[in-house]
Amino acid sequence: MIVTCPFCGDRPSEEFGVLGDAAPVRPADPAGDPEAWYDYVYLRANPRGAHREYWHHVGGCRQWLVVTRDTTTHDIAAVEPARLAKQTAPEKGEP
Amino acid sequence: MSGYRLDGGGRIDRSRRLAFRFDGETYGGHPGDTLASALTANGVRLLGRSFKYHRPRGLLTDGPAEPNALVELRGGARREPNTRATTVELYEGLEARSQNAWPSRGFDIGAVNGLLSPLLPAGFYYKTFMWPAAFWERVYEPLIRRAAGLGRATHAADPDTYEKGTLHCDLLVVGAGPAGLIAALAAVRAGLRVILADDQPEAGGRLLARRAPLDEDEPLIWRDKVLAELRSAPNVRVMPRTTVFGWYDGNLFGALERVADHLLAPPTHLPRLIYWRIHARRALLCAGAEERPLVFGGNDRPGVMLASAGQSLALRYGVAPGRRVAVFATADSGYQVARDLQAAGVRLAAVIDPRRDGEAPAGIEAPVYRHTVVTSTRGGRGLAGAQLLDKAHGRSIALDCDALLMAGGWNPTVHLTCHRGTKPVWRDDLAAFVPGETGDAFRVAGAAAGHLSTPACFASALEAVAAIGTELGKPVPQVTAPACPEEASEVTPLWWIKESKGKAFVDFQNDVTVTDIPLAAAEGYRSVEMMKRYTTLGMATDQGKTSGVNGLAILAEVTGRPIPEVGTTTYRPGYVPVALGALAGPHVGPEFRPVRRSPLHRWMLRQGAAMIEAGAWMRPSHYARGEEDWFAAMCREVKTVRGRVGICDVSTLGKIDVQGPDAAEFLNRVYCNGWKTLPVGKARYGLMLREDGFVYDDGTTSRLGERHYLMTTTTANAAGVMAHLEFCLQALWPELDVQVASVTDQWGQIALAGPQARAVLAKLVDGLDVSNAAFPFLAAAETTVLGGIPARVFRISFSGELAYEIAVPADYSEELAEGLMRCGAAFGIAPYGGEALSTMRIEKGHPAGAELDGRTTAQDLGLGKLLSSKKDYIGRAMCRREAFEDPERPVLVGLKPVAGGKLRAGAHLLTAGDTPSVEADQGWIASSCYSPTLESYLALAFLKRGRARIGEELVVYDPLREGLYTGLVCDPVFVDPEHERLHA
Ligand SMILES: [Zn+2]
Repeated sequence: MIVTCPFCGDRPSEEFGVLGDAAPVRPADPAGDPEAWYDYVYLRANPRGAHREYWHHVGGCRQWLVVTRDTTTHDIAAVEPARLAKQTAPEKGEP
Repeated sequence: MSGYRLDGGGRIDRSRRLAFRFDGETYGGHPGDTLASALTANGVRLLGRSFKYHRPRGLLTDGPAEPNALVELRGGARREPNTRATTVELYEGLEARSQNAWPSRGFDIGAVNGLLSPLLPAGFYYKTFMWPAAFWERVYEPLIRRAAGLGRATHAADPDTYEKGTLHCDLLVVGAGPAGLIAALAAVRAGLRVILADDQPEAGGRLLARRAPLDEDEPLIWRDKVLAELRSAPNVRVMPRTTVFGWYDGNLFGALERVADHLLAPPTHLPRLIYWRIHARRALLCAGAEERPLVFGGNDRPGVMLASAGQSLALRYGVAPGRRVAVFATADSGYQVARDLQAAGVRLAAVIDPRRDGEAPAGIEAPVYRHTVVTSTRGGRGLAGAQLLDKAHGRSIALDCDALLMAGGWNPTVHLTCHRGTKPVWRDDLAAFVPGETGDAFRVAGAAAGHLSTPACFASALEAVAAIGTELGKPVPQVTAPACPEEASEVTPLWWIKESKGKAFVDFQNDVTVTDIPLAAAEGYRSVEMMKRYTTLGMATDQGKTSGVNGLAILAEVTGRPIPEVGTTTYRPGYVPVALGALAGPHVGPEFRPVRRSPLHRWMLRQGAAMIEAGAWMRPSHYARGEEDWFAAMCREVKTVRGRVGICDVSTLGKIDVQGPDAAEFLNRVYCNGWKTLPVGKARYGLMLREDGFVYDDGTTSRLGERHYLMTTTTANAAGVMAHLEFCLQALWPELDVQVASVTDQWGQIALAGPQARAVLAKLVDGLDVSNAAFPFLAAAETTVLGGIPARVFRISFSGELAYEIAVPADYSEELAEGLMRCGAAFGIAPYGGEALSTMRIEKGHPAGAELDGRTTAQDLGLGKLLSSKKDYIGRAMCRREAFEDPERPVLVGLKPVAGGKLRAGAHLLTAGDTPSVEADQGWIASSCYSPTLESYLALAFLKRGRARIGEELVVYDPLREGLYTGLVCDPVFVDPEHERLHA
């Protein structure tokens, strides 16, 4: 598979590491609701269809990316730098 | 004798003769032959025995779908089982043996299975070998394995080399038959970058084996014109002997190029096979279609083969399939074969056609029996005749023939289109499955798309390429297909001949007969996937290429369902068997993966280091002197460090440069302990947790400047910690102004440890004051050594001795090591390896890999006091979970044997008097060593309520090795518990 890194261009998928679901947001308060923390640490969506995931360009620019991948076809709809993706992430509850 | 070499014709070089051996007999053939065609030319029909009933078998096909003619090719280390004789190009000196035959293929004892066949129906193995369970491993399995089992693999190492490569193109055309050739031509003219891959040694596909003219001339003249234009174009790569075997995500195709399989042995400069990964913007499947056998009594007798195979033998290889050849056709293509054979000088016995309507086509110089079927065949090890049933008149006809060609219709070669989950679609008019919807990236043309006439093949290919050119912005110019005569291509399916006498085979390779399918259905295996597994239809090396559609059509009939409802089994990559050597490529043996070497690697070898693998790294285990074994060397090295001074390469530790105004804040967030108070010129132990609260990694981090830190990690986690820090900075806290860079490879680092370490260091440095007052424990400095080499000096210790670590730019590593040896010579300095280092860290109670195993907490390791409560950090919220504070959790303790004896990692701990059980388990030994300092075995262990049990005697339970013995719980710091040496 070819992944288009926003920094490096078209690169083989073997250069990337995958962390998974990019939706969970780290709670701000370490002493906050434990349930929110359990969700953040352990709960991951595994949808059929479009899925936003953290990928790491390990063998390239070392940037963490948010890749929007269709889990049924592996087609990649978007690749954006993780440091910018925070602003564009959909609200919790949206698919 | 039946088949023979025709006087003329064929794509063979009659001027050269190749000698080859089959089952020890020597035969002759010509360049251009396959093993199958050459054997047929020599009158050899019996090529092997079948898998289950050991029935005599000959060849069925002319290509990769071959289920019967499987041989062991070559000998010695190159012996390759289950090789299809129909795809083996003949070469001088070829050696092959038949399979499944003992003692010989002519007289095979296993054929008694055929006599027992009423006792061997579908599911026989499942039913018979079920009970008693204990018999399975000892009796049944060895028995079955000896009786069955195709060819024998070699146990010798593979002498050949293999390569892997990656290709990119605008358009990959799979198959160089008429559709593939014209598609490639049109695409090349449009300026697309094209790859044309074909599994045969020469392009042409079915054009190689038919007489129908193109542009009123021999078909290969048109082919040669196309190839000439392709060869002169810069934007096409024609890849013969290359099978595209898989379609993967992102329109990636796997292809196997047989570079040297047509030679006796690969030349030394060439790989045997190349595994290509082809990234194609668009791909076009022009893989043609496979002919279907007909299912009638005795259809497996040598001499019964597909019509296309007989046509290939005669027209491509110049071999008559027999002396009296009959054609049994439910498809119009059978008549074309009959005419082609006739024109090639082959004597026809008859054409048998079960269809009743219409007139028999003209020009066949043999009886044409309409509304007639073959019900059985006769002959010993080869076909001698067939019994026909004229259904119009109810009369039986005995036909003499030594070859019987089956034209049962065509299955488009849909396999590649199914590899990503698309299901093929049934078409009643073709009586076949055609590819389902695969999207724009992968299209299908020609016979693979269900176009069974040549004009339709050309038209579909040109249409597909025109669409691809438009999509890719390269308009395709007008390309005219060669003129070709219209061909009748009707198929009237007849899934099995119900009047059959004797065994009628559906799957030749697995010996599945037509009666096995109703049996499977009657026993409840009505799903096609279950029927496959119960009867084994469609399994093994041919994966049901010739049998699949017949099998499921019969299943549909016996279960009263339409064929589309029954569906097909799942086609997965690869389309043909792929040698594991090709998939491994050059990455075998020492080249399996890259090796990382310390900048001191060669220096250590010169010192006599025994190197061992540690992950990707090579690290020294010990430096043997004279006759020392590793144990003696380790003991001496430990005594040297504890008594005098030693040096050890620590370059493999991960080193990460952390810089920026927010560096301290960043460290505060990734380590569980505090970093805001660390002054410049100081180092600190850091403990890193995962977000789930368990310990991830540890190391020392030094502050080299106001905004500059140097982090060290364990060797094993260096890459993971780096990725983790990058994630934290980019995804979690992009607002922090910090940069991180791995500098592991940029610095060589050596630990200098022992009571004399300071004296040695003083001679090494260029004036740095290393007195205890000026450079105390955990001091860090940037300085120079040995007259100007830039260096970093840290006073840190893993061994527990007075110790320093000195880092220099990697290229100066050997100078540093030599300098240390010189400066330390008067003190008896010596290098020490990983064994001594590991012993000393256990003596000192430092947790390492076996204790930081991802399941232990800071509290477990006795490091709970490091957990800051003043800040947020990775793991903060989870590391105070209730379960983490459970007093029953096993915690780190030391353990000594009570009455001598070994302690071994992996042993479990029991309260004295308890019977061993999971419930009674009190903990386990994580690391152990022999301590030359204390002259005893020592261990670090995790023990429930461990810290309250110091002084308790426990049972050490190690049933696999030492049995039961007694250990004494103690503090994990065995040597210098007051840490006086560290601060000396
Ligand atoms: Zn990149």
